Amino acid sequence: MKSIQTKIKERFRTRCQTIAFKDYHKMKIKIPVAKAKEIARVHALKLSENTIAKTEIANNYLTDFADVILFIVRFIKETFSRKFEAKEFFRQCFSIGYKSLPLISVTGFIMGFVLTIQSRPSLVRFGADTLLPGMVAVSLIREMGPVITALICAGKIASGMGAELGSMKVTEQIEAMEVSSTHPMRFLVVTRVWAATFMIPLLILYADGLGIIGSWFGANIKGDVSLVLFFSQAFSHIGFIDLLPAVVKSFFFGSVIGLVGCYKGYNAGRGTESVGKAANSAVVLASLLVLIVDMIAVQITDML
Amino acid sequence: MKLDETEFLLKEPAKKQTREAVIEISNLCKSFGNQEVLKNLSFTLYTGENLVVLGKSGSGKSVLIKCIVGLLRSDSGTIKVFNHDVTALTVNELGEIRQKIGFLFQSGALYDSMTVKENLEFPLRRIKAHLTQKEINAKIEEVLENVGLANALNKMPSQLSGGMRKRISLARTIVVDPMIILYDEPTTGLDPVTSDEISLLINDVQKKYKTSSIIITHDIECARTTADRLIMLQDGEVYAEGNIAEFEKSTDKVIKSFFK
Repeated sequence: MKSIQTKIKERFRTRCQTIAFKDYHKMKIKIPVAKAKEIARVHALKLSENTIAKTEIANNYLTDFADVILFIVRFIKETFSRKFEAKEFFRQCFSIGYKSLPLISVTGFIMGFVLTIQSRPSLVRFGADTLLPGMVAVSLIREMGPVITALICAGKIASGMGAELGSMKVTEQIEAMEVSSTHPMRFLVVTRVWAATFMIPLLILYADGLGIIGSWFGANIKGDVSLVLFFSQAFSHIGFIDLLPAVVKSFFFGSVIGLVGCYKGYNAGRGTESVGKAANSAVVLASLLVLIVDMIAVQITDML
Repeated sequence: MKLDETEFLLKEPAKKQTREAVIEISNLCKSFGNQEVLKNLSFTLYTGENLVVLGKSGSGKSVLIKCIVGLLRSDSGTIKVFNHDVTALTVNELGEIRQKIGFLFQSGALYDSMTVKENLEFPLRRIKAHLTQKEINAKIEEVLENVGLANALNKMPSQLSGGMRKRISLARTIVVDPMIILYDEPTTGLDPVTSDEISLLINDVQKKYKTSSIIITHDIECARTTADRLIMLQDGEVYAEGNIAEFEKSTDKVIKSFFK
């Protein structure tokens, strides 16, 4: 039996606890306000930091975009200036065109060879193996030749330009040129972009031709067809409409590769690391743009 | 002793001449972002003198001479070169002024893809377009002999040592007969002997071609050999100005730290 005294004590304790509980509630109301303020402050801070970061990204993006537009405008302006650096232009044509020949020869030949071997079984199944030369020639001239050659050139030429101009920038050679009364844009960029614009279509046509020869070799592994017959069959399927859009788009591929390579190199930062970055991003962007230009070109050709 | 003799021969005419200003810089300011590199910088370069600009790395010395040739645009202030304000010139006018100014880059900045001869021909063909091939060849031979590298004509820059690169670079600067030469740390990265040779070469060029020069350096030996007058930059401002003797005698802490 609990004594009355204990009972009173217990009741007092419970009451005390209730009061404490009530007080606790009172306090609890107070704490969330402070906490809410703190949470709001932290969130506001985070939000403002994020806003600043995003604004910076947007700012950089827009600055880059404006830079590209200005670069192209300056390129066009310098192209039509009185002093065209013809000697440097031909030197660049030689280094872009002639020095890429071995690489493009191998690529072109393998392209035709592989395409023939891969598509032969499907055609044989329908008894349509006589269509093989025509099919390979059309796909080479319309699509495979221009795109694969342009991608190879993006790898070789755009990266070369990015690295060369980038290292010239790092070692103050571009500034030295500017100081000796030579416009570096005119001497370095205009010549390179035009050389790429004129040489890459030639390389593409060359790759197409070697691709058809490669295809003839491929056709002769399992069949027997003379070179003359193969070529006459191939060309009987090719019309002007196959060649013209491909040639036109290859000029665009050339200028895109030249412009991207030069832009990335010319605008490289300071320090040797930026040379690597310039070369790398030149290849990536040039390859991507080649594919995008191709997509647009195909849409336009399709409408014809 | 040879060094003193050269100095004696050189410095006398510079002092005797009437002090006509070729470059006048007043209140030049330049900042990159929040960082103020040059603050209200003012000084003058007179005809025929070698003005050495001393200063710690990052004190804005290179920025200063890049502003003079218009490679960097200043934020405010004026830079008068032969009484033309460089900051207000059009691209073509700036090109004309640049033809009178030679610039020796810190790294040499020789064109890697060209031979020494082509490197020297490059500015010559553009700035002095009227010259025939024979005259160009003669001029190139002359400057190469002046820098003591007549046999390097057909070498590529990658085949040259650091000192040779600096010499060829100097040859490329003087080949177009500039009236002002701006040297950006001409002796950096060279051994003491080659540094001395380059310093003496700078004096020879001043004597032979009657040029006025601004020599940016933090190499005291180079300053001792070449300077007619010195200015010291500190935090983007002119901290001290005077001749080498005055600098050597100075008890100022900052100046003393240079002339140990």
